[in-house]
This record gives sequence, C-alpha cells and structure tokens, in this order.
Amino acid sequence: MAYSDKVLDHYENPRNVGTLDKNDPNVGTGMVGAPACGDVMKLMIKVNDNGIIEDAKFKTYGCGSAIASSSLVTEWLKGRTIDEAYAIKNSEIAEELALPPVKIHCSVLAEDAIKAAVADIKAKQLAAKEAA
Amino acid sequence: MTMSNIYFDHNATTALDNGVLQAMLPWMQQQTGNPTSRHIYGRSARDAIEHARAQVAEACGAYSSQVVFTSCGTEANNFAVKGISAIKPASTAKQILTSAIEHPCVSRPAAAMQQLGYISRKVEVDANGQVDLANLKTQLKSPTSLVSVMLANNETGVIQDIDSIAETARIAGAFVHTDAVQALGKIALKFADLNVHAMTISSHKIHGPQGAAALILDKKLDIQPLLLGGGQEKGLRSGTENVAAIVGFGAACELAMQNRAQFAAHTMALREQLELGLEALNVNIFGQTVARIPNTSFFAIDGIEGETLVMALDRKGYAVASGSACSSDSSEPSHVLLAMGIPADLARGAVRVSLGAHNTATQVKNFLATLSNEILRLKQMSAIAA
Repeated sequence: MAYSDKVLDHYENPRNVGTLDKNDPNVGTGMVGAPACGDVMKLMIKVNDNGIIEDAKFKTYGCGSAIASSSLVTEWLKGRTIDEAYAIKNSEIAEELALPPVKIHCSVLAEDAIKAAVADIKAKQLAAKEAA
Repeated sequence: MTMSNIYFDHNATTALDNGVLQAMLPWMQQQTGNPTSRHIYGRSARDAIEHARAQVAEACGAYSSQVVFTSCGTEANNFAVKGISAIKPASTAKQILTSAIEHPCVSRPAAAMQQLGYISRKVEVDANGQVDLANLKTQLKSPTSLVSVMLANNETGVIQDIDSIAETARIAGAFVHTDAVQALGKIALKFADLNVHAMTISSHKIHGPQGAAALILDKKLDIQPLLLGGGQEKGLRSGTENVAAIVGFGAACELAMQNRAQFAAHTMALREQLELGLEALNVNIFGQTVARIPNTSFFAIDGIEGETLVMALDRKGYAVASGSACSSDSSEPSHVLLAMGIPADLARGAVRVSLGAHNTATQVKNFLATLSNEILRLKQMSAIAA
C-alpha cells in the first residue's frame, strides 16, 4: 500500500513526540486504542488559563498512518481553544493526510484521542473548582 | 527503487532468472502455435509444454502424467480443495479439514464449500506452528472428504510432518492435499514419499515467471475440473496454455533442482547470522526450534507494530514483509501466529525476512545495524514500549 507524501513526512519527522507532566493540573491526557487492536495513541495537551492549548505531545504505537495522524493533530491543537480542539473531525485529518479507506480508523483514533484529552482536562478543572 | 535496495522477500516472489528468461523468449518473440493445433506451430508448442512437464515432474518426484498446469498457486489450491472434496458427496463425508495456518487460497475455497453442504473445520497447531496430530485424529472421527495441510508455512517457514498427517487422514478414509508452494526448491520434495493425493507448486517462488503453477495429482482421483472448455490438460484444466510461462516454469524447476543443496546451505548460514543478531536485539523469533525451510525467519519486537517497521525498513532500502503479502492491505494480525497462541499485540509486530540465493552476509550485517537503529527510534515514539 502506498503512503502519501504527507504521511511519510510526519512519519520521518514526527512533530512533538514525547510526554507532558501528567500531574500538572493544566495537562490533559487522552490514551485511546489497545495494543491488540493495532494502535495505541497517547495525546497530552497543556491548556493555559484562557482555555488555549499551549503545548501538545504524543506517543503512538501503530502503523505509519497512525503516527502521522497523531503528529498532525499535535500541530493543529496548539493555539486552539479546547472547544475548537473538540470540534476537530477525523475526516479533516484523513483528508489532510490523504489516508486510504483501510487507514481511516487511524484518523478516527486521533479524533478520539483529542476528545479524551479534552475530557480529561475538563474533569481536572471541574475537580479543582469543587475543591476550591 | 534504487540499486542499493536489498530484497529480503523471496517467499512473496522471486526475480526471473536470466536463463529461464532465455528459455521463454522464443515463445514470446516468435509465432507460437496453439498447443492444441495440429500443424507444425501447434505441435512444437505442445512439445515445449511436454518438455516442461517432465522438468516439473522431475523436480518434485512425480510422474509427468501427474502434472496438471494451472495459472497460479491459488488456482491449483482452489482446484484441489473444491475438486477433491466434491469427490465424496456431502451426504456421506461432510467435513473438510484445513490446518489453522493455511494460506487464504486454501481456507477460503474450503469455507466456500459450505454452500454445497460441506462443513469446513480447522485443525489446530501447537505453539511452534506444527499440526496437532491428536487434534487431527479427534476431528477425523467425523466423516471427512479432504484434509489439506501446507508443507511449509509461508510466514514462519515451519515444515509439517505431512507423511504422518497423510497416514492419519488416509486411515480415516480422507483424501489429502498439501500446498508445497514454499517448499519447492528449498527442501527435497518427493510427491510419492509425501503419501498425499495432491500437491500444489508454483513457478514464481523459484525464479520462474508468474502465471504458471501446477497441481500434482494422483490420477486415480475422479476430480471435477474448475474450468470446462476445450479439454486441455486431459480435461482437467481447459484453457489455452500459457506456453512461455509453462516453459519458464519447467526451466526454473530444473534450475531449482540443480541449486537446491547450495541454496539451502547459503540461506541457512545467512539466517543463522541474522537470528544471532536478532537474539542480541531481544527479538522474539517464531518456530525457531523446529524444522523450517532454510531461508525464512519470522520475528516480532514488543511495542513495535510490524507494518510500521516494514515501512521504516523500506525507507532505509530493505524489502521485508509483515505477515503474508496477500493480507498486508488489512491490519489484522497474522492468523498463523494467532493460531500458534501468540498474543495479538505481539503478533502485530511480526516481520518476515525471506532470503534468497543472491543475498550476502554483508547485507545481513548492515540490515541488523539498520534494524537496531529503527527499533530505538520507533520505541521512543511508541505509546506502549517500556
């Protein structure tokens, strides 16, 4: 199967590989997928007090398309509000990377990872408010 | 593709040998007759096919009369599975047994026979990928028309004890077929010694052209053909013969027989070198402790996806495979490894190196260095690696 140039570019030069401090109250973590299903994505976002995503990091176990999808979303997330992040659709990711039909699930997983990370940061913020 | 690319995927297909090409060329460049025609053009094409038939028969220990040419291994396997199981009516012998590690071109036609009232069941394999004879015996208590087990597995390279499997199946009254596509040219192959009723072999795995294969068939079987028509191949496979490809298949068989011992020694030495290096990298090697065809090594690295590693190695100039080439468009883990009880997450990491006569020790050494770097790089990126 042929990979698009954009997939290969993200695969060869992945953006924002790594982790953020998961104990930081401003960091949300989304971990989706399962090794047995073929792909696992860990996406971490750091949100400032205005609800803007300042930083994003990923680690992915999976095929080149999964790596590229997660690398791409870390670029997209920076500078967006968490609500804007939540609105990112897998179809936008698949279109940007020209993913073939058998690889659409990689973009779905990336969308799920964003939603999980946003849900995590919202839960953290809510818990902090209740504690205060 | 650059000249520096290294080909480690010989179980998928092999390059056409130049001597084989030379044997084929006249049948592509000159006026070739239809082998069924009575004139000089037809008769000479017929003679060329019969010469190839003798070469193919010689290479696999069969009689010329037992060789039925087909267009590919898949066709020969479909012909065998559908044709042989149908010899016994579903009302008397309902069951078709295939091993759990067969190529889809055996397991799918077996499953398709269910529409005609047969029941397709899988014979289990052990942790090394060898057929569990006790499981076979148990399953053979149900009336069975056909048992089909491949001689050497395309992914692991593991060799089956076909002789014992065939004996067990024959005692139960079943017919036996073996897919020997990966065995031809790599291990000694004698149709008569295997005790099976039918055996599949293919041209393009032994430096012959794609487009020719054969079912070696015990002619006592009253088998129905897949293709009906002009009655070629004694009525068993109608359709105008692919003369050039069949001539090439014959030449490739002769070459494979001459080179087999040297091929085995050469690829086995390279594989030992490879697997010593893999062990140092903490890689899981499948079926390593049992008999395998000499050129094949199937392995996986914890926390790294096989397809990703294949892509990474391809970018560095090494052509290897993840699972079988036929299924590499899907992201399902290898059914062979799952049948061996390998956990799905490790099975997803599986990569196959299949060596050939032209590979060298330097290529293997450089491959190991590249692999080591790529493992480090991918582990840094992986969400599950330690």
